[in-house]
Amino acid sequence: MKKYYKPSIFFLSSTPFFLILYKIIFNKLGPEPVKEITHFTGEWTLLFIIFTLSMSPLKRITKLNIWISFRRMLGLFIFFYATLHMLTYVVIDYRLDLQSISKDIFTKKFIFVGFAAWLLLTPLALTSSKKAMMFLKDKWKKIHRLIYIIAILGVVHFIWLVKKDLTEPLIYMVIILILLLFRFKFKKV
Amino acid sequence: MKKIKYSEITPEKIYNNRRSFIKSLGFSAGSLAITSLPFVNNAIGSEQDNLTSYKDITTYNNYYEFGTSKGDPYKNSQNFKTKPWEISIEGEVEKPIKISMDEILKSFTSEERIYRLRCVEGWSMVIPWMGFSLSKLLSRVNPTSKAKFVAFESIYDPEQMKGQKYPVLNWPYKEGLRIDEAMHPLTTVVTGLYNKKLPNQNGAPLRIFIPWKYGFKSAKAIVKIKLVEKMPTSSWMWASPREYGFYSNVNPNVNHPRWSQATERIIGEGIWAPRVKTLMFNGYGDEVANLYTRMDLKKYF
Repeated sequence: MKKYYKPSIFFLSSTPFFLILYKIIFNKLGPEPVKEITHFTGEWTLLFIIFTLSMSPLKRITKLNIWISFRRMLGLFIFFYATLHMLTYVVIDYRLDLQSISKDIFTKKFIFVGFAAWLLLTPLALTSSKKAMMFLKDKWKKIHRLIYIIAILGVVHFIWLVKKDLTEPLIYMVIILILLLFRFKFKKV
Repeated sequence: MKKIKYSEITPEKIYNNRRSFIKSLGFSAGSLAITSLPFVNNAIGSEQDNLTSYKDITTYNNYYEFGTSKGDPYKNSQNFKTKPWEISIEGEVEKPIKISMDEILKSFTSEERIYRLRCVEGWSMVIPWMGFSLSKLLSRVNPTSKAKFVAFESIYDPEQMKGQKYPVLNWPYKEGLRIDEAMHPLTTVVTGLYNKKLPNQNGAPLRIFIPWKYGFKSAKAIVKIKLVEKMPTSSWMWASPREYGFYSNVNPNVNHPRWSQATERIIGEGIWAPRVKTLMFNGYGDEVANLYTRMDLKKYF
């Protein structure tokens, strides 16, 4: 039974990707398709941050170690959706117009923060292998704590880009703050 | 007579292919022209090809009274009652009036006016509005010399407009223009689109449209037009004065914290269409730039 867990989580985690691919191919994205793809991939990035951060609290609550074994895969899906999100903006929306993009990064704070979050994700993705873990030893944990900062940057990115109705980003913020508090509390005990 | 060799005759199939090839060339050159000259002026009705589809115009709307998602206004406005409807024109005028929608439709002839709509969110449409110049309506009431600005007020009816149950904006929706902007012939009282009655989600029964300003300046479902001496505060200025100025002219040189104002996406062009450059005054500079001579439009954004 257990050997099916990981493949099923992999399969489930990739469904959003196939869903958006289907919508692109069959033209189901409405009048502003580029914005749809951007929001879709951005939202799934945040969701995977939440899934990833939920694993260690789940382990503590259920007292089952199995959760931790999903964490790396879920974390890599953060990077996967974040990269799609970034590429939608850079390649599809701005067609590699680096001048406009760099201007955006330095004049629009939500883009600056979003881009910073993606940059910070890269070393985590690169050091996700067992080999890297062995090689970095104690440093590995420290590096991967960056995810807490990335999670906050991701939510701030969402809050700053919303025009008026903050309900959705605030829901994400509350969930992520609760998940971060878990760490704090358990460390003290 | 020179004999044509059989081999010199182009087979029909290839001939037809050539035609369609040339046609496709022409077509792409045509659509290139559209993207490099994203400008449909008043009276230039020949650019019918670039009109945004009726479906996109009527299902992709910003109308927070009916919800904040783009599809909400279409979904939530179908039972909105627009009859009877009365508009009060008051303030610094010699003859304040209350005029019914029926009377407006009877007294003023609406004509087709194809204008570009540029939303502050960085997208645009080309819409065949039906309407007439606001100046005609305002001349009915004889504005006094104290009338320096015009304030528009939309309907407040949270029973029918469920978005108004939440304090997303400072209801009722308010907008304003300087008097010379309001009297400009391009400033339009809209009564319809695509030769049809104005759909509820587009601001029925009556809205204004100012083609050289960002879309939010064009208030929908108007019940009050007040001529005033002092600059009115619009709902969006109230919400965020740093982001939304009173003038809100389309201006690629004034940056916005969220959206690119230098470029825009044209609705309905699909996923692979490039952004196009946003034009100063949305391309209506020849007509309206003289309203703003000697004004620093970066300061008065």
